[in-house]
Amino acid sequence: MSTWMTKDTNRRDFLRLAGIGGVVFASALGATAAGAATKRGRGGYAARAKSDFYFVQLSDTHIGFEGPAVNPDAAGTLEKAIATVNALDEQPDFVVFTGDLTHTTDDASQRRERMKRFQGIAGTLRAKSVHFMAGEHDAAPDRGDVYQSFFGALHYTFDHKGVHFIVLDNVSDPGAIIGDAQLTWLQHDLARLKHDHPIVVLTHRPLFDLYPEWDWATRDAAATIAALEPFSNVTVFYGHIHQEHHHMTGHIAHHSAKSLIFALPAPGSVPKKAPIPWDASEPYRGLGARDVEAEVARADYELTELPVVRAGRS
Amino acid sequence: MAAALVALLGIVVIARLADAATAPAPATVVALTAQRFAYAPETIIAKVGVPLVLEITALDHDHGFNLPAFGVRADLKAGTTTRVEIVPDRIGSFAFHCDVFCGDGHEEMTGTLHVVE
Repeated sequence: MSTWMTKDTNRRDFLRLAGIGGVVFASALGATAAGAATKRGRGGYAARAKSDFYFVQLSDTHIGFEGPAVNPDAAGTLEKAIATVNALDEQPDFVVFTGDLTHTTDDASQRRERMKRFQGIAGTLRAKSVHFMAGEHDAAPDRGDVYQSFFGALHYTFDHKGVHFIVLDNVSDPGAIIGDAQLTWLQHDLARLKHDHPIVVLTHRPLFDLYPEWDWATRDAAATIAALEPFSNVTVFYGHIHQEHHHMTGHIAHHSAKSLIFALPAPGSVPKKAPIPWDASEPYRGLGARDVEAEVARADYELTELPVVRAGRS
Repeated sequence: MAAALVALLGIVVIARLADAATAPAPATVVALTAQRFAYAPETIIAKVGVPLVLEITALDHDHGFNLPAFGVRADLKAGTTTRVEIVPDRIGSFAFHCDVFCGDGHEEMTGTLHVVE
């Protein structure tokens, strides 16, 4: 047994035994949750190569939102989730926030105050690196002006241990449009990559028509997917819909994350989209973070859903 | 000669009646307003097969109108009226919504088109 396998297994055991690890989902091409369960059920994972890593996805924190009926702990939920992540024995290589860091406001000074408050809370993460992106609540009112003054560019790339991460902005245009300029930028970025290069796209809104009746779409998503289509190892992580959701467009996997403020119903499951009421018997139900284990050689991402608060703690 | 004239007149009348029978029904025009965070009215009733024209005035802010079931959308610029043409070719209730983010409450800016017999 390699050191890496031991370390990997220990981390997973810790997640499970500490009451942190939730449902596991494998994001390998064509893989299913059932497949992931089988893999786990066999009691082992392939030895983790030194190039493998894990990161944590947090999403839709909506700092500034107030709504006791859907989250009486709106002001404290992100801090609790960060405490859970900080308590992980092995810290993630990095953390990503997939948008809607703050709840929208027309008042620019209040927007700045909310961004500052969010920045202060996010600054308590132990992880050495944190990547941010905007949601429409952050960026649509002013096309991202205040957001950029706190967190930098709205779209950018970074590389980590052989995986190319692309952060796409589908929110600063209030019409949920990525736009020709950003699409051209994306095409130039992709042009230098081999077609089997592992690519992860991070964005806020779904890059496919998940449920347009609830505005769960990106208007020019098809052009974006067409640009990514020639690449064989592409996975998309996004937020916006306040729930876990998994979908394939061709060979491209799309995974949405839970929110850290309130949950929303499954697409089309109710006549009118509205936050799911808080359940006092099960606080923070439907909220949480995500652990993403990257197996670089296979461009495989195994997802473990993390609750806001570890079992047995409050 | 007179008989030929009458016959010709008859052909013309029959042709016009046939045209009238196949001509599309005149469109129903409905005026709406779009204002943060609601359309008024938020419920529209249309007859199946009868073209519908919505004249939507955005009163306070840029908004959008998106009716996915019929593949229809439009940008509604603040202070202007936008005509949206729909051919309701099937019966049912279909949701429409604002797809241009307009603030805290944007997600609630929705309505329903009921297409009836």
